[in-house]
Amino acid sequence: MDKVVRMSSEKGVVIFSKSSCCLSYAVQVLFQDLGVHPTVHEIDKDPDCREIEKALMRLGCSTPVPAIFVGGKLVGSTNEVMSMHLSGSLVPLVKPFQANLC
Amino acid sequence: MNSTSTHFVPPRRVGIYEPLHQIGMWGETFKSNIGNGNMNTPSHIIIPNHQKLDNNLSEDTSHGTAGTPHMFDQEASTSRHPDKIQRRLAQNREAARKSRLRKKAYVQQLETSRLKLIQLEQELDRARQQGFYVGNGIDTNPLGFSETMNPGIAAFEMEYGHWVEEQNRQICELRTALHGHVSDAELRLLVETAMKHYFELFRMKSAAAKSDVFFVMSGMWKTSAERFFLWIGGFRPSDLLKVLLPHFDILTDQQILDVCNLRQSCQQAEDALSQGMEKLQHTLADCVAAGQLGEGSYIPQVNSAMERLEALVSFVNQADHLRHETLLQMHRILTTRQAARGLLALGEYFQRLRALSSSWATRHREPT
Repeated sequence: MDKVVRMSSEKGVVIFSKSSCCLSYAVQVLFQDLGVHPTVHEIDKDPDCREIEKALMRLGCSTPVPAIFVGGKLVGSTNEVMSMHLSGSLVPLVKPFQANLC
Repeated sequence: MNSTSTHFVPPRRVGIYEPLHQIGMWGETFKSNIGNGNMNTPSHIIIPNHQKLDNNLSEDTSHGTAGTPHMFDQEASTSRHPDKIQRRLAQNREAARKSRLRKKAYVQQLETSRLKLIQLEQELDRARQQGFYVGNGIDTNPLGFSETMNPGIAAFEMEYGHWVEEQNRQICELRTALHGHVSDAELRLLVETAMKHYFELFRMKSAAAKSDVFFVMSGMWKTSAERFFLWIGGFRPSDLLKVLLPHFDILTDQQILDVCNLRQSCQQAEDALSQGMEKLQHTLADCVAAGQLGEGSYIPQVNSAMERLEALVSFVNQADHLRHETLLQMHRILTTRQAARGLLALGEYFQRLRALSSSWATRHREPT
C-alpha cells in the first residue's frame, strides 16, 4: 500500500500505533530512552485504518500494531525490538537517528 | 468415599435373587452420593463408572422384575414344565455371574479412586509444605485447588506443582555434576534441559494467561516471598542478573562488559514495559470512572474497559519474552560450565525463597 510505504520510509524510526495501544506506547518509551524521537502514526485516527492494518500484516507483522520501521526497513513488532535490544543490536541500528543531546 | 462401602455384601451371602437386590442398593447409594455431593473426590474419577453401572442396572432389573412377581407361579408350574425351571435357573445363574463380575469391577474402580485420592492428598500436603497458596481445602472445594474453579487455572496449578518438583530434581543433578568431574558435553545437556524447563514455564504461563490473566499477573501460584518481588507476573530479569553476577566463576573482561550491557538493556526494556502498564492503568481508570459517578450506573463503555483488560495478556507475554531473551543472552555470553553454575545459583535462589515462604507461614506454630 502506497500510504504505508510512504509513511514507513520516513527518516528515522517510524512506529505504527493505535491511540489505545499501551504496548506501542512502551515501545515509544524505549526508543526515547535510547535518545531517538520516533515518528508515531496512530492509525486508528486515520480514515484508511483497515487498509493500513492489512498492509502491515501482509508485510509480515504478526500484529498490525505496534509495527516498527527503522530507516524504511521493517524491524518487526514488540518482540523483535525487545530481542534486538537485549542482544545489543538495536542501539547500533538507531545510532544514525539519535537526536543530538546537548 | 466411606458411605458406599457400608453396603458392600460378602459374596457368600448372595443367593439367587439377592444379587439383583444388591445392584439396586449400590445404584441408590451411588446416585444419592453424587447428588448430595458427599463424594469428596473429583467427580470425573467416579462418573464414567456410574454410567456403566447404570446401563447394566437397567438391563438386569428388567430381567429381574420380570422374574420376581412370577415366583409363586413358577413353583406351581415347576412340576408341569421342568425345562422352564432349567431355563429360569440358568438365567438366574447367568444374572448372578454378571452381578458378581460387575461388583468386582466396581470394587476395583473404588480401589483405584481411593489410591488416587491418597495420591492427591499427598501432593496437596507437599504443596502446602513448600508454602504454596492452596485454596480452602479439598473437603470444601471438591473440584480443585483454584477458588475460581477455572479449569485452565486448575490445570496450570497442577502442572506448576510438577514443574517445581522437576526443577528441584534438575538442581540436584546440576549440583552433583558441578561438584564431580563431568564432561562439558554432559554439562551442556544439563544446561539445555534447564533452559528448556524455564521456556516450558513461560509456555504454561501464556496458556494460563488466556484463561485468567489476573491469576498470572498477581502471581498467586508463587509462594509469598516470591510474590514480594513480583513484576508483571514474575521476576524482574535485571534484578536476577544483579543477584547472580557475584556468584559466577571468573569472568573475562568482555563477559563482564556483556553482562553489564545486558543488565542495562534489560532495565530499559523493563522500564518501558512498566510505563506502558502505567498508561494502561490510567486509561482503564478513566474508562471505569467515565460518565456520572454517584448515579448507581454501570460503566458506560464497558466494552472499551474489557478491551483494556485484554491488553494485559500481551503485557504478561511481553514480560515473559523478556525473561526468555535474558536467559538466551546469558547462555550466549557464558561458557557451558559458567552457565551451569549460573543456572544452579538461580535455581537455589528460588528454592531459598520458597523455603523462606514456608518458614514464614509456619512461624507462629513454633512453641516458644
